[in-house]
Amino acid sequence: MITPEQRAEFRKHFRYNVGRRLVLDKIVKGVVFSCVIVAIVPLVAILVNVFSNGAAALTWNFLTEIPGAVGSDDPGGIGPAIQGTMVLIGMSSLIGVPVGVMGGIFLSEYGNNRYGRTVRFFNDVLAEFPTIVIGVFAFVLIVLTVGNFSVWAGSFALSIVMLPIIMRTTEESLKLVPVTYREAGHALGIRRYRVIFTIVLSSAKNGLVTGILLAVARIAGETAPLVFTILGSSQFISDLNGPIDALPLRIWRLSSLPYDSAVTQGWGAAFILIIMVLSINIGVRYIFLRNKEKTFLKFKKMGVAS
Amino acid sequence: MMETATKTPVKGVSIDDVKYKLIAENISASYDGIVAVKNVSMKFQDRAVTALIGPSGCGKTTFLRCLNRMHELTKNATLTGKVLLDGEDLYSTKVDPIINRRKIGMVFQKPNPFPTMSIYDNVACGLKLNGVKDRKILDEVVEGCLKMASLWNEVKNDLKKPGMSLSGGQQQRLCIARALAIQPEVLLMDEPASALDPIATQKIEEMIQELKKEYTIIIVTHNMQQATRVSDYTGFMYLGDLVEFGETKQIFENPRNEITAKYVQGQFG
Repeated sequence: MITPEQRAEFRKHFRYNVGRRLVLDKIVKGVVFSCVIVAIVPLVAILVNVFSNGAAALTWNFLTEIPGAVGSDDPGGIGPAIQGTMVLIGMSSLIGVPVGVMGGIFLSEYGNNRYGRTVRFFNDVLAEFPTIVIGVFAFVLIVLTVGNFSVWAGSFALSIVMLPIIMRTTEESLKLVPVTYREAGHALGIRRYRVIFTIVLSSAKNGLVTGILLAVARIAGETAPLVFTILGSSQFISDLNGPIDALPLRIWRLSSLPYDSAVTQGWGAAFILIIMVLSINIGVRYIFLRNKEKTFLKFKKMGVAS
Repeated sequence: MMETATKTPVKGVSIDDVKYKLIAENISASYDGIVAVKNVSMKFQDRAVTALIGPSGCGKTTFLRCLNRMHELTKNATLTGKVLLDGEDLYSTKVDPIINRRKIGMVFQKPNPFPTMSIYDNVACGLKLNGVKDRKILDEVVEGCLKMASLWNEVKNDLKKPGMSLSGGQQQRLCIARALAIQPEVLLMDEPASALDPIATQKIEEMIQELKKEYTIIIVTHNMQQATRVSDYTGFMYLGDLVEFGETKQIFENPRNEITAKYVQGQFG
């Protein structure tokens, strides 16, 4: 037992300088806040810079036309690049999202063994791979074997870039789902795969969607793997087995041309890419993560739902 | 169910004379190398409430989880022994654990409604995910089970609201309704009222008295008053052993074992 004397002794060791601590508290708050500013400044600066440099290029024709001949009076547009990036994001997601989510499910639900640890390790290694290496890999595996640059090769390379990100974030968000939900499911006599797919997965939806969006944002801006796989093109897509254009590639090409109009177009293309990624992000979040309860209450107020 | 209808326990009849719904034979269980249950055998009367009491860490919950094969889901779990439901061994390799978990419902210590589901879906999901699609049946079951869990009147106008929007006590009754929805024959309750206030606890105890008429109920509790209030039989566990098992009245008023006597008198625990 602690005696009253000891208690008094212990109390003497506490600090009572409240004034100093309040100051310290304010300093910490200040530091944290200024760090946020430091992080936001480059973001805003990039957005402003990109927009102000590219605004001159932003016309309807710029969004829909094919690029003009290099150095000619009519600079044309980036239509094929926008189309290509959309197609690439869609096709890579079609491959990368299911495989990544399933892999994440495996690591979280069945991966508590040697095999799982090995997969986790190599997955982390893959996440740190330079993407140009993945591009070369896709080049050797698909482009050289088939004999031509293609949308397939590009999607394959980008889906490999997506895979480790989605797998890891899926695993982490599934692990955050309390074991009590799984147990409740099992106790109802529900089969394990159904417990995972209906109960666990929907509880982890938030993290899952965030992970997928991170991966999409990442591949939307990838340039290096595309150089080796889709090559670039100035025409709209006619064939999934042929080369196409993509925004990052187009930005890279335009910015290295010695014409002012081309550089302005590069800035414009960069602005479009940012807007695209942003709208995918906001759109997906709105569709999947809007607060159903709030929507329900809103409807209720309007008298639609009971 | 019909053939067991006449098997209500008769006072004065020896515990071995009646047929039992659930029989645990020589159950030993461990996890992570810790032996939690040591060679426990127990017989559970049909349409009666059996309480498991004992100090924290004595193996009550682990034993309960052995009864519906939930224990094997725990990491590094081992188990020996037999559990007979209506004479059929749950642990026989021919039996799918899933089928038996549908016959043995379970309510957990903390309310755990599924966070992404509405009140309606929380109750209906056990059926939906086990293949029931008929909307009429689902509606009927949801209403019936919510009424049995005495929650219907409080939620009947808000069935589409998330289960998480309810209070703690309501959530626990929702979980009981969810467990009842799969039409189990046995109901396992792991300290169902330990996280609840006295009024919510009373509601759940009243409900147990109602449910007793149709189910075999096994309840783990830390609250000895609760055990005396709700149970017909009581088992006292200590350090993984079943020390004493008998009618609740006898265990609390006339315990045969010294440790049991000390525990029920509140001298340790």
